[in-house]
Amino acid sequence: MELLKYEERNISPEIPDEWFVPKARNNQAAEAVVRPSLSYWKDSWHRLLKNKLAIAGMVFLVFLAILAIFGPLISPHSVETQKLTMQNLPPSSEYWFGTDDLGRDVFTRTCYGARISLFVGLMAALIDFLIGVVYGGFSGYKGGRTDNLMMRFVEILYGLPYLLVVILVMVVIGPGLTTIILALSITGWVGMARIVRGQVLQIKNYEFVLASKTFGTKTARIIRKNLLPNTMGPIIVQMTLTIPSAIFAEAFLSFIGLGIQAPHASWGVMANDGLSTILSGYWWRLFFPTLFISLTMFAFNVLGDGLQDALDPKLRR
Amino acid sequence: MSTYLLKRFIAMIITLWLIVTGTFFLMHSVPGSPFNEERTTNAAIQKNLESYYHLDEPLLVQYGNYLKALVKMDFGPSIKKSSQTVNDLLGRGFPVSFELGFYTLILAILSGITLGVIAALRHNGIIDYLAMSIAVLGISIPNFVMATFLIEQLAVNFPIFPVATWSSPSHMVLPILALATGPMAIIARLTRTSMLEVLTQDYIRTAKAKGLSPVKIVFKHALRNALLPVVTVLGSLAASILTGTFVIEKIFAIPGMGKYFVDSINTRDYPVIMGTTVFYSGILILMLFLVDLAYGVLDPRIKLHKKEAK
Repeated sequence: MELLKYEERNISPEIPDEWFVPKARNNQAAEAVVRPSLSYWKDSWHRLLKNKLAIAGMVFLVFLAILAIFGPLISPHSVETQKLTMQNLPPSSEYWFGTDDLGRDVFTRTCYGARISLFVGLMAALIDFLIGVVYGGFSGYKGGRTDNLMMRFVEILYGLPYLLVVILVMVVIGPGLTTIILALSITGWVGMARIVRGQVLQIKNYEFVLASKTFGTKTARIIRKNLLPNTMGPIIVQMTLTIPSAIFAEAFLSFIGLGIQAPHASWGVMANDGLSTILSGYWWRLFFPTLFISLTMFAFNVLGDGLQDALDPKLRR
Repeated sequence: MSTYLLKRFIAMIITLWLIVTGTFFLMHSVPGSPFNEERTTNAAIQKNLESYYHLDEPLLVQYGNYLKALVKMDFGPSIKKSSQTVNDLLGRGFPVSFELGFYTLILAILSGITLGVIAALRHNGIIDYLAMSIAVLGISIPNFVMATFLIEQLAVNFPIFPVATWSSPSHMVLPILALATGPMAIIARLTRTSMLEVLTQDYIRTAKAKGLSPVKIVFKHALRNALLPVVTVLGSLAASILTGTFVIEKIFAIPGMGKYFVDSINTRDYPVIMGTTVFYSGILILMLFLVDLAYGVLDPRIKLHKKEAK
């Protein structure tokens, strides 16, 4: 940059010319990054922290997990012990959530229900993740006819009514925790596969993937190292939204008598038991399981929404 | 357009066939014959029963017969309810379930869209937050929880509506409300999102600049375009309402198809389970097909036969 003489700049002569000295430039200093660089994940984390509802949901879920793990341990009552003299007691300092018609402690059973719900939700999400990522990743990466064929199959599965399939499988294999998870996974992975495939289809054309290919990287490694990390955002969101729907499905099945069976405690079973006594005024037997189902689903939903906004700011509503 | 339609139609038939085949073989893979539990039947009667229901023939022949009957819309006999066919049950239950599902869908669409539009127009205002909080709650509260809550509050604590059955309009209020909350919430959220997007478009600014009244802008220009995403989810919403009817009909003791379905599950009445599953799937797949069609008609920008490339 060429400095002009002050006469030409038309500035009052009181300012001496010496003041205008070009600052010594230090090329290295100019390159230094002053703000700490934020990775995508840190950036998203900051965005998530601003969403109070999502954080509230997360705090509740942590609380629920603690309750599920330690609740039955700190409770003086066991899940299945029946005390027929203690039937249908309202909540008290002895029985925090009251007792049911067999004298079992509703608090302990609610904690057990949390175990089952969280386990079903997490396992369903995990299995969906594993199958969906492999299937969708392969389909999207291969492209062309393979992709076409694989996606036809997915489309057909996608058209199947989810809960109907689950009910059918439960009827055939018989109720139980593993069958619920199995049944949920049969069609559950389809949504994940579609998302992963869509993302991979887009990202595989980026230059860094091309660069990786020219170095002779193997396909599996490209998918693992280049493609998947860049699709993690939508995958995580999908997983957080799978969990509540799996929890709902378990409660739904248990409620209509197809899920977790009688001696075990599940929120759906407890709600069904509670409903039959609704006219007798034992409100706590219905209230606590249904409250926990709703709060858990609410927490996962708001967390999922928050993650969606945080991980993909372009989609921000 | 017609090639796309044909393709979709073929896909629909294939899906349906897969469901029929899947259900058939799943149901027949269950160990034991349906008549095993009646210990009093002697071998001869057992044999007669099995031949009456064609259970003594090879599985593939049974499968072929079932397919042939299905084409003629014949779902076969019920095993547990003697002298009744699955068609009888469907004929009795379906009108009731249809009524419940139809009113629910109407209520969900109307209230959902209203809520969504109001929230979008008052973006980031108190009403917006309120409407969206209601919506997230609506999505989070399972329909059977909603049903039990409504019964407890509006039928037991304050006996405004009858507790159960399906005989007069006042009987319909609680089940419809319970079933509609979830879909309503989903529609409200979708409407809000797409309304917000549409409201920033240039043609809305043009409409404003022309001096059109806000009512006209919202209803004629914005809402029409904002509703397209809502149409796309109608298919899956119908599915969730349909499965919702199982549990709602059970809770409210409504004599619909869902109640027969759940009952047939509990009594292991396999032909009924099979028939209702196939029937339900047929309806759902048809719904998805119609929604696709409607989408193409409503939005001329989408050429149906080019949808693959999208």
